[in-house]
Amino acid sequence: MCLAIPTQVKAIDDHGVATVELGGVARQISLIMTPEAQVGDYVLVHTGYAIALMDPDEAQASLATFAELAKIQDALEREASTGDRFAGTPSSAASAGVER
Amino acid sequence: MRFIDEFRDPALARRLVAQIQREVAAHPAIRPVRLMEFCGGHTHAIFRFGLRQMLEGDVEMRSGPGCPVCVTAAQDLDHAMAMAEVPDVILATFGDMVRVPGSHGSLQEIRAEGADVRIVYSPLDAIGLAHDHPDREVVFLGVGFETTAPGIAAAIMQAEQEGMPNLSVLSLHKLTPPAMCAILDAGEIALDGIIGPGHVSAVIGSNAWQFLPQRYGMACAVAGFEPLDLLSAIAALVHAVAEGEPQVTNTYARSVRPEGNLVAQHMLGSVFDVGPAAWRGFGEIADSGLHIKPSLAHRDAAKRFPVHVERVNEPKGCRCGEVLRGVVNPEECALFRRVCTPRNPIGPCMVSAEGACAAYYQYAEVIDDRP
Repeated sequence: MCLAIPTQVKAIDDHGVATVELGGVARQISLIMTPEAQVGDYVLVHTGYAIALMDPDEAQASLATFAELAKIQDALEREASTGDRFAGTPSSAASAGVER
Repeated sequence: MRFIDEFRDPALARRLVAQIQREVAAHPAIRPVRLMEFCGGHTHAIFRFGLRQMLEGDVEMRSGPGCPVCVTAAQDLDHAMAMAEVPDVILATFGDMVRVPGSHGSLQEIRAEGADVRIVYSPLDAIGLAHDHPDREVVFLGVGFETTAPGIAAAIMQAEQEGMPNLSVLSLHKLTPPAMCAILDAGEIALDGIIGPGHVSAVIGSNAWQFLPQRYGMACAVAGFEPLDLLSAIAALVHAVAEGEPQVTNTYARSVRPEGNLVAQHMLGSVFDVGPAAWRGFGEIADSGLHIKPSLAHRDAAKRFPVHVERVNEPKGCRCGEVLRGVVNPEECALFRRVCTPRNPIGPCMVSAEGACAAYYQYAEVIDDRP
């Protein structure tokens, strides 16, 4: 029931009613709870109301964190597989200690 | 779709799973980490993306009471049905509600018998109905948590502004933090952390969950509904448990601010008072319901159309209550799949698209961890 979908504001009329596209259909939604929303912004729509303005910077920050994490994870996996092949070498023992 | 597709990257998801497994492996004492996803939308997303199986053995997920339809008390449903049978009333509500069984029948059944029950997408549609039928009384059956209630508040405020005489609301709206407290206070289930509801938190803010670490020493991660959202929330919770440092993490910052949506909160405060509410499976929980303010009594359908409702019992053998409290999984209910199915639901958790029983049923064929 708390389903909400991010969608782009295409137009805003004088009464704070926005036109958006939901599932390929143009719909009117109310911006009464996100008065700061501008044409071009993305809002989170729930039962005909925008309940939040999407923050592209925060989205980007999350994705950057994931990318960074993937790099660390890859490095750990590479070291783990190197460790398998050269089991017992000092370097693999040291890298095993790096693992959290 | 922007803000969704980027958060479904399978390669990144695999890395997050590996990170979670690595962290648990480094702290075997915490294994398995038991988390509750409060929100029914999360339950479905977790099944849909196969996250349970990916984390099997390391992380155990329990479904919580975050399905507004499921926690609606049978007696409150009976109340709505009695109202739908008042002459000249059009009862409008969300689609999920019409199939939920009350103590005798559902809204869908009384509609087949002639009651005027309409399914709407938005409270704005109820305003439209009231416009189109000036000779009828439109009663909106308001169900939902903090995500949904501001829209109902907005509709009531709009009806006031327009002087619309024939729109009122039966408010069954509920607040989520008191239910979370009820589960933790009861102590029926040992949990290590909570996945906080994403869209509820868009309204109330991630700070609203600070009581979890402060009062209960419980970690909470507010999450979105895509695989990377959920996995990063689980990773944050596993990390907090491993380090023994419970805190609130917001892994859904593109939608959720620490303070939430202040406009929506203000609207809630102008239309509703907080009071007790009956939850299916819990009984009455103090300060967990949103009741229309006395100054707006003419918008309160419960006051406008007083109807008599008998005290009722829940369906015999149905364990929805325990499922909603996270005490049992749906498969532990004797009715599950044998008697209770989506076609013939006995309890509400099988009816709603986001009920835990419906999720277990729908995804049963891909679950391989059953005995």
